[in-house]
Amino acid sequence: MTNVLRRREAGIALALLIVIGVTTAVQPGFLLSTGGWRDLLLTPAILVVLAVGQAVVVITRNVDLSVGSVLGLTAYLTGRLFLEAPDLPIVVVTLAAVVTGTLLGLVNGAIVAFARVPALVITLGTLYVYRGVTLTWAGSDRIDAGDMPRTFLGLGTRQVLGIPVLTIVAAVVLAAVGYYMYTSRGGRQLYAIGSDPDAAALQGLPVRRRLLGAFALGGALAGLAGVMFAARYGTVSSGAGTGMELQVVGAVVVGGVAIFGGSGTVAGAALGAMLLLTINRALPVVGIPDFWQRAVVGALIIGAIALDRVLANRRARRLAAERDTGPTDGADGRPGDGADGRPGDSEDVTA
Amino acid sequence: MRTHARPWWQRVLLTREMLTVLILVVAWIVASAVVRGFDGPLTITYLVLDVAPVLLIALPMTLIIATGEIDLSVASVVGLSSVTFGLLYQAGLGLGVALLVSVLLGAVCGAVNGALVAYGGLPSLAVTIGSLALYRGLAVGLLGTTAVTGFPDSWTDGATDNLGESPYPAITLGLLGMIAVFAVLLHATPFGRNVLDIGRSSEAARFSGVDVKRTLLILFVLSGAVSALAGVYYTLRYGSARGDNATGMELQVVAAVLLGGVSIFGGRGAVHGVVAGVLLIGVLGSALRLEGVTVNVINIVIGTALVVSVVAPRIAGGMRVRRRRAAGRRTQGDGR
Repeated sequence: MTNVLRRREAGIALALLIVIGVTTAVQPGFLLSTGGWRDLLLTPAILVVLAVGQAVVVITRNVDLSVGSVLGLTAYLTGRLFLEAPDLPIVVVTLAAVVTGTLLGLVNGAIVAFARVPALVITLGTLYVYRGVTLTWAGSDRIDAGDMPRTFLGLGTRQVLGIPVLTIVAAVVLAAVGYYMYTSRGGRQLYAIGSDPDAAALQGLPVRRRLLGAFALGGALAGLAGVMFAARYGTVSSGAGTGMELQVVGAVVVGGVAIFGGSGTVAGAALGAMLLLTINRALPVVGIPDFWQRAVVGALIIGAIALDRVLANRRARRLAAERDTGPTDGADGRPGDGADGRPGDSEDVTA
Repeated sequence: MRTHARPWWQRVLLTREMLTVLILVVAWIVASAVVRGFDGPLTITYLVLDVAPVLLIALPMTLIIATGEIDLSVASVVGLSSVTFGLLYQAGLGLGVALLVSVLLGAVCGAVNGALVAYGGLPSLAVTIGSLALYRGLAVGLLGTTAVTGFPDSWTDGATDNLGESPYPAITLGLLGMIAVFAVLLHATPFGRNVLDIGRSSEAARFSGVDVKRTLLILFVLSGAVSALAGVYYTLRYGSARGDNATGMELQVVAAVLLGGVSIFGGRGAVHGVVAGVLLIGVLGSALRLEGVTVNVINIVIGTALVVSVVAPRIAGGMRVRRRRAAGRRTQGDGR
């Protein structure tokens, strides 16, 4: 139990609860009305899906800056498909967008894994390229709500048992990817690669294949987010998702995923995304003009990074002390207790 | 230490930076020959005016990336300085004072980044994504969706007027001065040598007596101050101080610096390559615009160029290593 409470994710969850609590105290409708409850769950859904994908990539000590452009491209693709072939089943369109996102992610992954060049540069390049493709394709055209089937748009706002459909999608994605990262061999190998790429390669881990997989997953989830974007907002212009990459990376960092890889969880990233967007919506309620939102978010990101550093330093000191005095039977004093809370994980405490 | 087996002119000309310069020259010649109106005087005027902010910010960014760090908050500092400049002018202060305060504020913004990175030991990528949001948030928060306009003509004209009858804007002189300052700083001072040493190995640099923390702090302060200066220019050039000025410019700057041959891992980079990288993007942009190609294709071209500029030397390097290994095996075989 103490282990769960001491987890980095518990801190973000607590912050999220405090934000919700304070805002609800100021204006009860923030949580306690049907609209408020729905917005609370619905607003972060798209960013959560993106953050889960980004977290997987960042855990491997890479980054994918092209997700905003992938989202834009697939959102426009979704609308365009409905426009050209109104009778196409929603599942087919969704699949087309996810496959497109996967391919775009594979392009990133292939360049990064095989040319062994930094992901920051490559995905900055593909950010421009993918956005350029969307702009060229769409021009000044815009997909409007009238161009898409009503059942599809209904998915953007409909609720099942009081929970918005898009939120359920995000939760399923989070659970599936979280389960994979936590239990499967492939998921653990992603952490190993992120902790020390060279050591992982020397150990014989399939580094290239895993990197390709991580980028493909990131792309696929960005594609899914594109579909969700189209359903949620009903209009898609060629600029959809512009600048979202930094918001996503911010959410991941706030969620406790170390930017240099090897530690953090997708659940943390999802909580980070929820916290950022909930704060965005809470500020106007507590009387802070929404112009100041980004400043608060920025301060939060910097605060989260600094906090992570303090915690890492403290953990490093504790581990060093344990090494000197021999093993103790403290509450969470297992040697090698990584940030993800599993025994025996290597963790880069000196970074 | 590699001995100089090649003559000096090869060492100067056969470099990654000269490749960018060469591509720039080729692009310029092709554009002048093919694109109607490209060789007119107006093209040069607008080219200089348009690339000026990116060029200015790219100079300190070159040094920061050469140490292996990055500063993504630069465009937000442009916005914040634009807003400060506008608000101080609105409050009745002289524009000279407003400029000075704005640049100082930019330096403070840079110092915050620098302190967190150098003395807090935090990763610059994450810190400056945070301060990107923070500084942009302050800029938008201070001015909302309104804008400050109506700057005196004497100042706005100063930002755009040409040098006498020449096609070059007067700011060209200032830009050349800044380029010279940063070229000397990086290539001809102990400070610049330290910058590259930190990029090769921060640890080794520290053990050989380089004050790594102070060097990084200075670089981030420079970056903030120069970005703020670019913000004031941006405000005067377009005659409007807005919170969302220059949104997204950080990626343009980073793209230009990397196109110019600076290694994202740090340790290598040269000012002339970066200047060529900035101009290359500018030339491609104005040539394609004159051809009636929309800004979208320019994005694709810039992105592809960026990817190719990083991947191509990697592939070439890989082939060279393989060739050398093959050659090594042959000579060993001869020896036996």
